[in-house]
Amino acid sequence: MSRRLLFILPLLTLALMAGFFAWSLMSGRDPASIGSVLVGRPAPKLDLPALRPGEPPLTDAVLRTGKPVIVNFFASWCTPCLAEHPLFTRLAEREGAVIVGIAWKNKRDDALQWLKRLGDPFRLAGLDLDGKTGLDWGLSGVPETYLVDGQGIVRRHFRGPITERDLNETILPFLKGAAK
Amino acid sequence: MIPFRRYAPPSPADGGRKEFFSSPVCGGGAPKGRRGSWLLVLAALLLALPAVAVEPSEVLPDPALEARAREIGRALRCVVCQNQSIDDSSAEVAADMRRAVRERLVAGDSNAAVFDFMVARYGDYVLLRPPFKPGTLLLWLGAPLVLLVAGGALLFAARRRTAAPVAAPEPLSDEERQRLDRILRDAALRAAPQDEDLRERPHPEERPKDASRRVG
Repeated sequence: MSRRLLFILPLLTLALMAGFFAWSLMSGRDPASIGSVLVGRPAPKLDLPALRPGEPPLTDAVLRTGKPVIVNFFASWCTPCLAEHPLFTRLAEREGAVIVGIAWKNKRDDALQWLKRLGDPFRLAGLDLDGKTGLDWGLSGVPETYLVDGQGIVRRHFRGPITERDLNETILPFLKGAAK
Repeated sequence: MIPFRRYAPPSPADGGRKEFFSSPVCGGGAPKGRRGSWLLVLAALLLALPAVAVEPSEVLPDPALEARAREIGRALRCVVCQNQSIDDSSAEVAADMRRAVRERLVAGDSNAAVFDFMVARYGDYVLLRPPFKPGTLLLWLGAPLVLLVAGGALLFAARRRTAAPVAAPEPLSDEERQRLDRILRDAALRAAPQDEDLRERPHPEERPKDASRRVG
Protein backbone atom coordinates (compact mmCIF):
# COMPACT_ATOMS: atom_id res chain seq x y z
CA MET A 1 0.00 0.00 0.00
CA SER A 2 2.64 2.52 1.02
CA ARG A 3 4.73 1.37 -1.93
CA ARG A 4 1.90 2.21 -4.28
CA LEU A 5 1.69 5.65 -2.69
CA LEU A 6 5.36 6.15 -3.47
CA PHE A 7 4.66 5.69 -7.15
CA ILE A 8 2.14 8.52 -7.03
CA LEU A 9 4.74 10.88 -5.61
CA PRO A 10 6.46 11.77 -8.92
CA LEU A 11 3.09 12.35 -10.55
CA LEU A 12 2.08 14.54 -7.64
CA THR A 13 5.30 16.54 -7.94
CA LEU A 14 4.71 16.95 -11.67
CA ALA A 15 1.16 18.12 -11.05
CA LEU A 16 2.38 20.63 -8.46
CA MET A 17 5.01 22.03 -10.79
CA ALA A 18 2.64 22.17 -13.75
CA GLY A 19 0.16 24.00 -11.56
CA PHE A 20 2.77 26.53 -10.51
CA PHE A 21 3.92 27.11 -14.10
CA ALA A 22 0.35 27.48 -15.30
CA TRP A 23 -0.36 29.98 -12.55
CA SER A 24 2.83 31.89 -13.42
CA LEU A 25 1.77 32.10 -17.04
CA MET A 26 -1.84 33.06 -16.41
CA SER A 27 -1.52 35.47 -13.51
CA GLY A 28 0.80 37.81 -15.39
CA ARG A 29 3.42 37.34 -12.70
CA ASP A 30 6.68 39.02 -13.67
CA PRO A 31 9.60 37.44 -11.80
CA ALA A 32 11.90 40.21 -13.03
CA SER A 33 9.72 42.84 -11.43
CA ILE A 34 11.46 44.78 -8.73
CA GLY A 35 8.25 46.04 -7.29
CA SER A 36 8.42 49.24 -5.36
CA VAL A 37 8.99 49.71 -1.68
CA LEU A 38 7.66 53.23 -1.94
CA VAL A 39 4.05 52.18 -2.38
CA GLY A 40 2.17 52.98 0.81
CA ARG A 41 4.98 55.18 2.08
CA PRO A 42 5.49 58.95 2.02
CA ALA A 43 6.96 60.12 -1.25
CA PRO A 44 10.67 60.98 -1.12
CA LYS A 45 11.63 64.60 -1.08
CA LEU A 46 11.61 66.74 -4.16
CA ASP A 47 13.84 69.75 -4.51
CA LEU A 48 14.71 70.35 -8.11
CA PRO A 49 15.34 73.32 -10.34
CA ALA A 50 12.42 74.07 -12.61
CA LEU A 51 12.67 72.66 -16.09
CA ARG A 52 10.97 75.61 -17.70
CA PRO A 53 12.81 78.89 -17.27
CA GLY A 54 11.24 81.48 -15.02
CA GLU A 55 9.37 78.99 -12.80
CA PRO A 56 9.99 78.45 -9.08
CA PRO A 57 11.89 75.27 -8.09
CA LEU A 58 9.94 72.03 -7.87
CA THR A 59 9.45 70.93 -4.26
CA ASP A 60 7.46 68.17 -2.59
CA ALA A 61 4.94 70.72 -1.38
CA VAL A 62 3.03 69.97 -4.57
CA LEU A 63 2.49 66.41 -3.30
CA ARG A 64 0.61 67.53 -0.19
CA THR A 65 -2.06 69.87 -1.46
CA GLY A 66 -4.92 67.42 -0.88
CA LYS A 67 -5.19 66.76 -4.60
CA PRO A 68 -3.81 63.57 -6.16
CA VAL A 69 -0.69 64.04 -8.24
CA ILE A 70 0.90 61.98 -11.00
CA VAL A 71 4.68 62.12 -10.96
CA ASN A 72 6.31 61.11 -14.22
CA PHE A 73 10.03 60.71 -14.82
CA PHE A 74 10.85 61.11 -18.50
CA ALA A 75 13.66 61.98 -20.89
CA SER A 76 13.79 63.21 -24.44
CA TRP A 77 16.15 60.37 -25.35
CA CYS A 78 13.72 57.72 -24.16
CA THR A 79 11.57 56.01 -26.76
CA PRO A 80 8.93 54.44 -24.49
CA CYS A 81 8.35 57.94 -23.09
CA LEU A 82 7.29 58.91 -26.56
CA ALA A 83 4.76 56.10 -26.57
CA GLU A 84 3.10 57.05 -23.29
CA HIS A 85 3.18 60.80 -23.86
CA PRO A 86 -0.25 61.10 -25.56
CA LEU A 87 -1.84 59.42 -22.54
CA PHE A 88 -0.50 62.13 -20.24
CA THR A 89 -1.68 64.77 -22.65
CA ARG A 90 -5.13 63.22 -22.51
CA LEU A 91 -5.06 63.02 -18.71
CA ALA A 92 -4.10 66.68 -18.44
CA GLU A 93 -6.57 67.96 -21.02
CA ARG A 94 -9.63 65.82 -20.40
CA GLU A 95 -9.30 64.95 -16.73
CA GLY A 96 -7.49 68.03 -15.53
CA ALA A 97 -4.99 65.78 -13.74
CA VAL A 98 -2.07 67.39 -11.94
CA ILE A 99 0.98 65.86 -13.59
CA VAL A 100 4.48 66.63 -12.41
CA GLY A 101 7.14 65.92 -15.01
CA ILE A 102 10.75 65.32 -14.07
CA ALA A 103 13.34 65.27 -16.85
CA TRP A 104 15.81 62.59 -15.80
CA LYS A 105 19.42 62.79 -17.00
CA ASN A 106 18.32 65.05 -19.73
CA LYS A 107 19.72 68.34 -20.91
CA ARG A 108 17.32 71.16 -20.27
CA ASP A 109 17.24 72.28 -23.89
CA ASP A 110 16.65 68.76 -25.18
CA ALA A 111 13.78 68.20 -22.76
CA LEU A 112 12.19 71.57 -23.55
CA GLN A 113 12.52 70.96 -27.26
CA TRP A 114 10.89 67.54 -26.84
CA LEU A 115 7.95 69.03 -24.92
CA LYS A 116 7.59 71.80 -27.45
CA ARG A 117 7.33 69.26 -30.23
CA LEU A 118 4.93 66.84 -28.49
CA GLY A 119 2.98 69.15 -26.22
CA ASP A 120 3.54 69.82 -22.54
CA PRO A 121 1.05 68.12 -20.19
CA PHE A 122 2.97 68.99 -17.01
CA ARG A 123 1.54 71.33 -14.40
CA LEU A 124 4.98 71.54 -12.85
CA ALA A 125 8.26 70.30 -14.24
CA GLY A 126 11.66 69.73 -12.70
CA LEU A 127 15.10 68.85 -13.95
CA ASP A 128 17.02 65.92 -12.43
CA LEU A 129 20.21 66.17 -14.43
CA ASP A 130 22.43 63.99 -12.24
CA GLY A 131 19.73 61.45 -11.40
CA LYS A 132 20.00 61.93 -7.63
CA THR A 133 16.30 62.54 -7.16
CA GLY A 134 15.64 59.53 -9.38
CA LEU A 135 17.74 57.44 -7.01
CA ASP A 136 15.79 58.73 -4.01
CA TRP A 137 12.62 57.65 -5.75
CA GLY A 138 13.99 54.18 -6.49
CA LEU A 139 14.08 54.79 -10.20
CA SER A 140 15.56 52.09 -12.41
CA GLY A 141 15.10 53.96 -15.68
CA VAL A 142 12.63 56.05 -17.59
CA PRO A 143 9.74 56.22 -17.95
CA GLU A 144 8.44 55.58 -14.47
CA THR A 145 5.27 56.97 -13.03
CA TYR A 146 4.08 57.36 -9.44
CA LEU A 147 0.57 58.06 -8.22
CA VAL A 148 0.74 60.17 -5.08
CA ASP A 149 -2.35 60.95 -3.02
CA GLY A 150 -3.07 64.39 -1.63
CA GLN A 151 -1.28 63.57 1.63
CA GLY A 152 2.02 62.78 -0.04
CA ILE A 153 1.72 58.98 0.15
CA VAL A 154 2.75 56.97 -2.92
CA ARG A 155 -0.15 54.73 -3.95
CA ARG A 156 1.01 53.16 -7.19
CA HIS A 157 4.23 52.84 -9.11
CA PHE A 158 4.60 51.97 -12.78
CA ARG A 159 7.97 50.89 -14.10
CA GLY A 160 8.00 51.41 -17.82
CA PRO A 161 5.47 53.24 -19.94
CA ILE A 162 1.87 53.43 -18.82
CA THR A 163 -0.68 51.93 -21.16
CA GLU A 164 -4.26 52.60 -22.11
CA ARG A 165 -5.18 49.76 -19.78
CA ASP A 166 -3.26 51.27 -16.84
CA LEU A 167 -5.02 54.53 -17.54
CA ASN A 168 -8.49 53.02 -17.48
CA GLU A 169 -8.03 50.43 -14.78
CA THR A 170 -5.76 52.23 -12.35
CA ILE A 171 -5.07 55.87 -12.98
CA LEU A 172 -8.57 57.16 -13.65
CA PRO A 173 -10.11 55.29 -10.67
CA PHE A 174 -7.25 56.59 -8.54
CA LEU A 175 -7.86 60.18 -9.58
CA LYS A 176 -11.58 59.84 -8.92
CA GLY A 177 -11.18 57.92 -5.69
CA ALA A 178 -8.61 60.25 -4.22
CA ALA A 179 -10.61 63.31 -5.25
CA LYS A 180 -13.56 62.29 -3.10
CA MET B 1 53.92 19.66 -21.90
CA ILE B 2 52.55 20.19 -25.33
CA PRO B 3 55.33 20.06 -27.88
CA PHE B 4 55.75 23.21 -29.86
CA ARG B 5 55.09 22.93 -33.51
CA ARG B 6 56.58 25.35 -35.94
CA TYR B 7 54.29 26.40 -38.74
CA ALA B 8 56.80 28.58 -40.48
CA PRO B 9 60.30 27.26 -40.50
CA PRO B 10 62.52 30.21 -39.77
CA SER B 11 64.78 31.09 -42.59
CA PRO B 12 67.44 33.76 -42.61
CA ALA B 13 65.21 35.69 -44.98
CA ASP B 14 62.55 35.82 -42.31
CA GLY B 15 64.69 38.11 -40.27
CA GLY B 16 62.59 40.24 -38.00
CA ARG B 17 59.34 38.57 -38.92
CA LYS B 18 60.34 35.53 -36.99
CA GLU B 19 58.90 37.14 -33.90
CA PHE B 20 55.57 37.18 -35.58
CA PHE B 21 55.29 33.43 -35.32
CA SER B 22 56.64 32.99 -31.87
CA SER B 23 53.37 33.56 -30.11
CA PRO B 24 52.18 30.59 -28.11
CA VAL B 25 48.99 30.59 -30.13
CA CYS B 26 50.89 29.96 -33.34
CA GLY B 27 52.90 27.30 -31.60
CA GLY B 28 55.87 29.62 -31.35
CA GLY B 29 58.50 27.88 -29.33
CA ALA B 30 60.95 30.14 -31.02
CA PRO B 31 64.61 30.12 -30.02
CA LYS B 32 65.89 30.57 -26.51
CA GLY B 33 64.19 33.12 -24.36
CA ARG B 34 60.95 33.05 -26.32
CA ARG B 35 59.79 29.95 -24.53
CA GLY B 36 58.85 32.10 -21.54
CA SER B 37 56.02 33.71 -23.47
CA TRP B 38 53.90 30.67 -22.74
CA LEU B 39 54.35 31.15 -19.03
CA LEU B 40 53.79 34.85 -19.40
CA VAL B 41 50.41 34.36 -21.05
CA LEU B 42 49.48 31.72 -18.52
CA ALA B 43 50.39 34.05 -15.69
CA ALA B 44 48.45 36.87 -17.27
CA LEU B 45 45.38 34.67 -17.55
CA LEU B 46 45.67 33.48 -13.97
CA LEU B 47 46.28 36.90 -12.55
CA ALA B 48 43.58 38.61 -14.61
CA LEU B 49 40.98 40.21 -12.36
CA PRO B 50 37.32 40.29 -13.26
CA ALA B 51 36.54 43.50 -15.06
CA VAL B 52 34.60 45.96 -12.96
CA ALA B 53 32.62 48.82 -14.35
CA VAL B 54 33.87 51.20 -11.69
CA GLU B 55 35.36 54.12 -13.55
CA PRO B 56 38.54 55.86 -12.47
CA SER B 57 36.67 59.10 -11.89
CA GLU B 58 34.43 57.36 -9.35
CA VAL B 59 37.25 55.95 -7.25
CA LEU B 60 37.66 57.56 -3.84
CA PRO B 61 41.08 58.94 -2.92
CA ASP B 62 40.97 57.13 0.43
CA PRO B 63 41.85 53.49 -0.32
CA ALA B 64 40.16 52.24 2.86
CA LEU B 65 36.87 53.89 1.95
CA GLU B 66 37.19 52.72 -1.64
CA ALA B 67 37.71 49.16 -0.44
CA ARG B 68 34.52 49.40 1.60
CA ALA B 69 32.72 50.88 -1.39
CA ARG B 70 33.82 47.90 -3.50
CA GLU B 71 32.70 45.48 -0.83
CA ILE B 72 29.27 47.11 -0.75
CA GLY B 73 29.11 47.49 -4.52
CA ARG B 74 29.68 43.78 -5.03
CA ALA B 75 26.69 42.99 -2.80
CA LEU B 76 24.25 45.41 -4.40
CA ARG B 77 22.20 44.35 -7.36
CA CYS B 78 21.98 46.58 -10.38
CA VAL B 79 18.27 47.26 -10.89
CA VAL B 80 18.69 47.39 -14.67
CA CYS B 81 20.88 44.37 -15.41
CA GLN B 82 19.40 42.32 -12.68
CA ASN B 83 21.97 39.58 -12.38
CA GLN B 84 24.91 41.91 -12.09
CA SER B 85 26.21 43.75 -9.10
CA ILE B 86 26.45 47.50 -9.42
CA ASP B 87 30.23 47.14 -9.58
CA ASP B 88 29.92 44.88 -12.60
CA SER B 89 27.24 46.81 -14.41
CA SER B 90 27.91 49.70 -16.69
CA ALA B 91 24.29 50.82 -16.65
CA GLU B 92 23.76 54.48 -15.85
CA VAL B 93 21.69 53.71 -12.78
CA ALA B 94 24.45 51.44 -11.49
CA ALA B 95 26.90 54.34 -11.85
CA ASP B 96 24.51 56.55 -9.89
CA MET B 97 24.23 53.90 -7.21
CA ARG B 98 28.01 53.55 -6.96
CA ARG B 99 28.29 57.29 -6.60
CA ALA B 100 25.60 57.33 -3.92
CA VAL B 101 27.39 54.54 -2.02
CA ARG B 102 30.59 56.59 -2.02
CA GLU B 103 28.78 59.73 -0.96
CA ARG B 104 27.25 57.94 1.99
CA LEU B 105 30.61 56.48 3.00
CA VAL B 106 32.33 59.86 2.78
CA ALA B 107 29.51 61.30 4.88
CA GLY B 108 30.50 58.79 7.56
CA ASP B 109 27.84 56.11 7.15
CA SER B 110 28.54 52.55 8.26
CA ASN B 111 28.25 49.76 5.70
CA ALA B 112 24.93 48.71 7.22
CA ALA B 113 23.62 52.26 6.92
CA VAL B 114 24.55 52.32 3.22
CA PHE B 115 22.68 49.05 2.66
CA ASP B 116 19.69 50.50 4.52
CA PHE B 117 19.88 53.58 2.31
CA MET B 118 19.60 51.42 -0.81
CA VAL B 119 16.93 49.12 0.61
CA ALA B 120 14.81 52.15 1.48
CA ARG B 121 14.84 53.07 -2.19
CA TYR B 122 14.88 49.78 -4.05
CA GLY B 123 13.70 47.27 -1.46
CA ASP B 124 15.32 43.95 -0.56
CA TYR B 125 15.58 43.29 -4.27
CA VAL B 126 18.70 45.40 -4.37
CA LEU B 127 20.54 43.01 -2.05
CA LEU B 128 22.30 40.17 -3.85
CA ARG B 129 22.27 38.32 -0.54
CA PRO B 130 18.64 38.14 0.53
CA PRO B 131 18.00 38.94 4.21
CA PHE B 132 16.75 36.31 6.62
CA LYS B 133 13.16 37.17 7.48
CA PRO B 134 9.70 35.57 7.44
CA GLY B 135 9.25 36.20 3.72
CA THR B 136 12.51 34.45 2.84
CA LEU B 137 12.28 31.57 5.32
CA LEU B 138 11.51 29.08 2.58
CA LEU B 139 14.43 30.36 0.53
CA TRP B 140 16.90 29.96 3.36
CA LEU B 141 15.50 26.87 5.04
CA GLY B 142 13.96 25.10 2.05
CA ALA B 143 17.05 23.18 1.00
CA PRO B 144 18.07 22.09 4.53
CA LEU B 145 14.46 21.10 5.13
CA VAL B 146 14.38 18.89 2.05
CA LEU B 147 17.67 17.36 3.15
CA LEU B 148 16.30 16.70 6.62
CA VAL B 149 13.05 15.19 5.39
CA ALA B 150 14.71 13.05 2.73
CA GLY B 151 17.50 12.01 5.08
CA GLY B 152 14.98 11.22 7.81
CA ALA B 153 12.90 9.11 5.44
CA LEU B 154 15.96 7.19 4.27
CA LEU B 155 17.09 6.64 7.83
CA PHE B 156 13.63 5.48 8.85
CA ALA B 157 13.44 3.05 5.94
CA ALA B 158 16.92 1.70 6.65
CA ARG B 159 16.14 1.24 10.34
CA ARG B 160 12.93 -0.60 9.56
CA ARG B 161 14.77 -2.93 7.23
CA THR B 162 17.35 -3.87 9.85
CA ALA B 163 14.75 -4.11 12.62
CA ALA B 164 12.70 -6.64 10.67
CA PRO B 165 15.21 -8.88 8.87
CA VAL B 166 13.96 -11.22 6.25
CA ALA B 167 12.46 -14.21 8.10
CA ALA B 168 14.20 -17.58 7.64
CA PRO B 169 12.48 -19.48 4.84
CA GLU B 170 9.91 -21.97 5.97
CA PRO B 171 10.88 -25.60 5.48
CA LEU B 172 9.36 -27.19 2.42
CA SER B 173 6.25 -29.25 2.85
CA ASP B 174 6.31 -32.85 1.62
CA GLU B 175 4.28 -31.95 -1.40
CA GLU B 176 6.67 -29.17 -2.31
CA ARG B 177 9.66 -31.40 -1.85
CA GLN B 178 8.16 -33.96 -4.19
CA ARG B 179 7.46 -31.29 -6.75
CA LEU B 180 10.98 -29.98 -6.50
CA ASP B 181 12.39 -33.47 -6.95
CA ARG B 182 10.25 -33.96 -10.02
CA ILE B 183 11.39 -30.69 -11.52
CA LEU B 184 15.02 -31.50 -10.92
CA ARG B 185 14.69 -34.97 -12.36
CA ASP B 186 12.92 -33.64 -15.46
CA ALA B 187 15.68 -31.16 -15.99
CA ALA B 188 18.33 -33.86 -15.69
CA LEU B 189 16.49 -36.04 -18.18
CA ARG B 190 16.15 -33.18 -20.62
CA ALA B 191 19.86 -32.60 -20.46
CA ALA B 192 20.79 -36.30 -20.78
CA PRO B 193 19.60 -37.06 -24.34
CA GLN B 194 21.91 -34.39 -25.68
CA ASP B 195 24.82 -36.22 -24.15
CA GLU B 196 23.58 -39.46 -25.69
CA ASP B 197 23.28 -37.71 -28.97
CA LEU B 198 26.86 -36.59 -28.87
CA ARG B 199 28.06 -40.03 -28.03
CA GLU B 200 26.10 -41.70 -30.80
CA ARG B 201 27.45 -39.43 -33.49
CA PRO B 202 30.49 -40.84 -35.20
CA HIS B 203 33.70 -39.18 -34.24
CA PRO B 204 34.80 -36.73 -36.95
CA GLU B 205 37.88 -38.80 -37.64
CA GLU B 206 35.77 -41.94 -38.03
CA ARG B 207 33.78 -40.41 -40.91
CA PRO B 208 34.65 -41.63 -44.38
CA LYS B 209 37.42 -39.38 -45.55
CA ASP B 210 36.08 -38.88 -49.07
CA ALA B 211 32.52 -38.04 -47.95
CA SER B 212 32.99 -34.34 -48.27
CA ARG B 213 34.90 -34.70 -51.51
CA ARG B 214 32.10 -36.60 -53.06
CA VAL B 215 29.67 -33.87 -52.27
CA GLY B 216 32.02 -31.19 -53.40
